[in-house]
Amino acid sequence: MLPEALEKELHRLVAAVPRPREAAVDVMYVLQRHYGYLCDEAMHCAARVLGMTTLELESLATFYDYLYRRPVGRYVIHVCDSVVCWMFHQDSIFDYLCRTLGVPPGGTSEDGLFTVLPAACIGNCHNAPTMLINGRFYDRLTPERIEAVLAELRQGIEEPVRCK
Amino acid sequence: MQVDMPQVLFKNRHLGRPATIDEYRAGGGYEALRATIGKRTPAEVLQLVLDADLRGRGGAGFPAGRKWQGVPVDHVGPRYVVINTDEMEPGTFKDRILVNADPHLVIEGIVLCAYSIGASEGVFFIRPSYEGDAVLIEQECRVARENGYLGKNILGTDFSFDVHVHRSAGRYICGEASAQIKAISGQRPNPRKGGPRTAVKGLWDCPTIVNNLETLANLPGIVRNGPQWFKSLARSATGSGTKLYSVSGQVAKPGCYELPIGVTIREIIFEHAGGMAPGKTFKTVIPGGASTPYLPESLLDLEMDFDPMRAAGQRFGTASLMVFDQGTCLVGATLSLIEFFARESCGWCTPCREGIPYIRELLRRLEGGEGTEEHIAMIQDMLPVLDAAYCAFAPGAAEPVRGLLTHFMDEVRAHITEKRCPFGNPPPSLRGKACGTRPIQFGPTPCPEDQCPI
Repeated sequence: MLPEALEKELHRLVAAVPRPREAAVDVMYVLQRHYGYLCDEAMHCAARVLGMTTLELESLATFYDYLYRRPVGRYVIHVCDSVVCWMFHQDSIFDYLCRTLGVPPGGTSEDGLFTVLPAACIGNCHNAPTMLINGRFYDRLTPERIEAVLAELRQGIEEPVRCK
Repeated sequence: MQVDMPQVLFKNRHLGRPATIDEYRAGGGYEALRATIGKRTPAEVLQLVLDADLRGRGGAGFPAGRKWQGVPVDHVGPRYVVINTDEMEPGTFKDRILVNADPHLVIEGIVLCAYSIGASEGVFFIRPSYEGDAVLIEQECRVARENGYLGKNILGTDFSFDVHVHRSAGRYICGEASAQIKAISGQRPNPRKGGPRTAVKGLWDCPTIVNNLETLANLPGIVRNGPQWFKSLARSATGSGTKLYSVSGQVAKPGCYELPIGVTIREIIFEHAGGMAPGKTFKTVIPGGASTPYLPESLLDLEMDFDPMRAAGQRFGTASLMVFDQGTCLVGATLSLIEFFARESCGWCTPCREGIPYIRELLRRLEGGEGTEEHIAMIQDMLPVLDAAYCAFAPGAAEPVRGLLTHFMDEVRAHITEKRCPFGNPPPSLRGKACGTRPIQFGPTPCPEDQCPI
């Protein structure tokens, strides 16, 4: 059962577009923020609100990079590994994050805070090397800057609702 | 930012913040709209765009006016404008800078396009890493609505048109027009092979013009100052207008620069982008985004314009220059590019789904020192297969590989004869990147942060 405010928000999104299915991604984004990722319960909610089948939504949720069908950490780190960041030794940044957080590529740290994902390109090439955390750019990275960012994010954590 | 070049799209660019509607109006903003809605016919606007020879800035370079002409005049029902702000190609970040610099320039351009084709609704398609842009454009659309430039009865006329933002969940293929239509429709975004064109049958099966954001941002200037003015902005004989050039890689001042169409590649890199980064020597540049070939030093004086580039076997693309220095291994760089294309392929057609990973595997072997002469021949055999794909994705992926084999075969062969990467790169992992135990050494691009406007 979704909270009433969330249910209203979903219906508002659907009503704001010409056809409900145009809101499919928006609805899944909202549910993902609520549950932490697109668990089965979230997928069923989305299908109900949108009037689509869960299979139709599955074909989207498993296709897009920013929808997560598996649990992720509180902070999802998209590390850019396009050729420009690669030029500035991006591979080492990915390694550095994986080593520092003790996770394999795509994995989540033990404390459940961080998931590290390679990203195709985040459109911040003139500030390489760069990464995106929960929608925010962090650029001109150095090991020291990464440490500072992680330390900052470890403060002030709100625990999201999780699927049982 | 350069002061000696005509600034049209970046006229109102400020350090670290977008121009307000008042700033935009103070420089003549929305005058083109006032002089058009209810005063010119839609056909007259179309003619201006045709005469200006405005070509699409999203990569393909198709003339915008000719695309608009594809909308059936007898269509009854809604027509749509889709503003393509997907921009997920490595090296390309111009649309993000443009929205952040002058959102009302973009909005005015969208409304002018809508008026010309008789559209009632626009969809702003934005990639997920540009969430800041999505919020900004929603906010500035509200401001435009309150000022009568958007929404019902624009400027008191009977023309109504509104825009809403569609957030993508992120896949490169969504930049392709027919895939973008499907993405907005809540379907899996595979490109559509063959016709009908989206101008005939697009969003919800209605005529839809999908234009790149920068293309539309040129419209206020064309309508206000005329096609001849627009053509005179270009430096080359066949070009028209200015262009936003994204420059990244080993240059002293990476960034986004507005310069005339037809400016030489040498000038962009060595004057406007400050030349090579300290201690770096030029080797090559990918001039038009990731789906264009490497350009050798001998072609640095090529004009950045659609036709001269094509004549030289190059592509103008998105005019996003990625600059490589002598110390960068181009087999490794090409592998990085192919990793991108392999990951981002939607997998809908066989040449793309199978062909790109096949080339990736061969490049991995070459980069890892396990390559043979036969592998080069195998790559060459596979490249034409990619051209048989449904859309331009796979042929685009082939371009940097073609460039590598055309201009830097010596470097490829050195990997074979030395049985290792001559630049000292360790063998790539299955992730395609160097990994393991070497010391962590990385650092930022040379441009100091306080000089970056956005």
